[in-house]
Amino acid sequence: MYKIGIDVGGTNTDAVILDERLKLIHQVKMPTSEDIESGIVSALKKVLEESGIDRQKVTHAMLGTTQCTNAIVERKKLAKVGVIRLGYPATASVLPYTAWPEEMVAVLSGEYRLACGGYEYDGQLLSPFSEEEIRRILKEWDGEVEAIAVIGVFSSLKNDQELRVAELVAEVMGEATPVSCSSLIGSVGLIERENATILNSALFKVIAMTSNGFENALKEEGIKDAQVFLCQNDGTLMSIDYARKFPILTIACGPTNSIRGASYLAGIKDAMVLDVGGTTSDIGVLTGGFPRESSLAVDVGGVRTNFRMPDIISIGLGGGSIVREVNKEVLIGPDSVGYRITEEALVFGGDTLTTTDIAVRLRKAEVGNPDLVAHIDEEFAKQAYEKIAVMTEEAIDKMKTSNNDATVVLVGGGSIIIPRDLKGVKEIIHDENGAVANAIGASISQISGQFEQIYIYSQISREDARKDAEDRARQQAILAGAKVDTIELVEIEEIPLAYHPGNATRLRVKVVGELK
Amino acid sequence: MRYLNEEAIENIAVGAAFLGTGGGGDPYIGKMMALSAIKENGPVQLLSPEEVENDDFFIPAAMMGAPSVLIEKFPKGDEFVRVFQKLGQYLNKEVKGTFPMEAGGVNSMIPIVVAAKLGIPLIDCDGMGRAFPELQMVTFHLNGVSSTPMAITDEKGNIGIMETIDNKWTERIARVATVEMGASSLVSIYPCKGEQLKKYSVKNIITLSEKIGQIIRSNRDDESAKLRELLEITNGYHLFDGKIMDVDRNTMGGFNRGCVTLDGLENYLGENVQVFFQNENLVAQKNGKPLAMTPDLICLVDLETLNPITTESLKYGKRVRVLALPSDPQWRSEKGIETVGPKYFGYNLSYTPLEELVRKEV
Repeated sequence: MYKIGIDVGGTNTDAVILDERLKLIHQVKMPTSEDIESGIVSALKKVLEESGIDRQKVTHAMLGTTQCTNAIVERKKLAKVGVIRLGYPATASVLPYTAWPEEMVAVLSGEYRLACGGYEYDGQLLSPFSEEEIRRILKEWDGEVEAIAVIGVFSSLKNDQELRVAELVAEVMGEATPVSCSSLIGSVGLIERENATILNSALFKVIAMTSNGFENALKEEGIKDAQVFLCQNDGTLMSIDYARKFPILTIACGPTNSIRGASYLAGIKDAMVLDVGGTTSDIGVLTGGFPRESSLAVDVGGVRTNFRMPDIISIGLGGGSIVREVNKEVLIGPDSVGYRITEEALVFGGDTLTTTDIAVRLRKAEVGNPDLVAHIDEEFAKQAYEKIAVMTEEAIDKMKTSNNDATVVLVGGGSIIIPRDLKGVKEIIHDENGAVANAIGASISQISGQFEQIYIYSQISREDARKDAEDRARQQAILAGAKVDTIELVEIEEIPLAYHPGNATRLRVKVVGELK
Repeated sequence: MRYLNEEAIENIAVGAAFLGTGGGGDPYIGKMMALSAIKENGPVQLLSPEEVENDDFFIPAAMMGAPSVLIEKFPKGDEFVRVFQKLGQYLNKEVKGTFPMEAGGVNSMIPIVVAAKLGIPLIDCDGMGRAFPELQMVTFHLNGVSSTPMAITDEKGNIGIMETIDNKWTERIARVATVEMGASSLVSIYPCKGEQLKKYSVKNIITLSEKIGQIIRSNRDDESAKLRELLEITNGYHLFDGKIMDVDRNTMGGFNRGCVTLDGLENYLGENVQVFFQNENLVAQKNGKPLAMTPDLICLVDLETLNPITTESLKYGKRVRVLALPSDPQWRSEKGIETVGPKYFGYNLSYTPLEELVRKEV
């Protein structure tokens, strides 16, 4: 019984194999390819051949990918989306796509309609929903748009109208037309939920390409019976079919996987994780084995969403960061030689001074040829090293929620540049397999389910409301592939709504479980 | 006289949320409405109260209801025009300008939308100099100005004109109507003349919000300088830095009440502050002793960015600074304290001005 974890990053595609006790059997690193699929194929081939395991015994394969993030950031491969907002006459003062980057709107076609429908906070109809109106809109769009996003006011309270629109889309535009319903994607907050729903719709082509590529690569390598998963941004997995419906959930899974992988390698559940890459370092916080979520609205490629995202800060410091002296002061980054480090850094015979060269000069690391950096002034190197320490300390301090010294798990290809003695840090845990923490994180992910709704406590008891929310979160988790008897409640949040009579409360519940 | 552009609106939204002391709504929706409105109709003219004619006629515009509903169901956009025209017709007067009722993320923005859509000027004043939860809690009330005739409307087109026997009745009846309208409505109340604006309003509040927003939104290396500057222009005090350890919320009488507990950080290690709120922050106490109380302003801001934090978004683990500013002197009068002092909100405290509490603390 083996699990395969694959991480497709901007520079490298990593693959790891774990056995049934989650012990790391083998790991490889290959360059990411332009078409993604051939990079996955070559990493998969290499890790399977070198480890020599029996391919029939691979039961699970997990993929973490930045494809969707990149598509949004680069505005490539996105689908034309028709947006239907249900709630007219309410909400017309802020129209769909307000404050989106213009070139992004152009790529998605910018088509939207405000239709009647939606609900009040207490579940009463906001305005009468008209199937006639929806059919008319869909007919107008036939051939013009490739996917539909539907967003109803207070659909987190009742989503029957959104689901009915999805049925009408199948009827009018054909079964194959993808539809994203906002109630299944985001939480309360119409603009942010609408934005996430539109992005989700726009990603259907990308996710189809990526998931098909992953499935084909597995088939090509003779892995036929494995369950196939994609990673979500909250450290949990989803089935490939679920991912096809909710591609937006793959956004930012990279940092999450590195935090989870680091947690696994270090064997601890509460720590700060410092992932040092070639160009940047990400710092995240691990709480109970999961990344701490950001409490702020998150911008994805210039679009505001209220998406579940790990709370991460990035600094321009990595193994390839360029070191300079300007006016007798040492400057580090933010530019970097990136993946060209093996050609351009001094220790590899290049002619650019990088942070890696500084670490080698001071004998803190052993890579390349130390003779090639022996000429660097020791005082200067010490100053640069001190600067690296200060940059790291400041970033760690920003993420702290208490004044206590932190335990830091250090991972990533560039981790050799980080000094082991940092202010505000109790202990640094470093693992030699830290370079593939992302792929490990992918292979050990769990399955989660989340549910959020406004309950009126004078109509339903608080206990029943919690139970209802938990049951629905469980159903989400089971739909995503969780083992029923391992599901546990990990988060419950209650927000009473101001001015409402009858104790209206927003309840959010999250459960996680091991995968089947 | 000057014009408000997009940059000014971004700044005002943040600064007003700061003066909203936790209430007044999330600045994002308000800002989006205002930006959409000036994109469509051009920049808005801002007049100081001193620039208006004594006999001209002005009415404020405000959203009433739950901020948490507003993030999901926001206005259609023509409510503003409708409510203004209706009240103008009823009063048989031409409305020469508008102004905000309170400072807050949403309610500072609504009058900008109104001014843009109707092509009328915005007057640089409001009725609170901060945010408060009820309709009678405005300086006009303290000076005997009637809140009615008033108009109330919703996105569906329902509209009501009301005349009440006193301003507390306005609050009671309008609150019920607001709940029926889907927990959010648009109101136009306290119609007044230029002369009354000059005498009774809290002046230059929009300009102050803008300056505050400018400071908070500026990127600077020296964060302590940013804080100093913020305190300087608001005559404020930096009371505490802490991490949120607990947020206890409950809904009583249709309001969002609760208490947030902070554990001290750095210079305040080992100390403990509690802030009690009813939509807005009302009382702060350190180790059980009062630090600041309503009507003085208690503002919770992000420890690093100084961005204002609304009571809705208080969350365990967040690191915050507690700042406090003295209220407008009108609130410190006998009638002011009776209307919005700690006793009105059910706290068994006699009002002590912020400056005095700070002196004792030192």
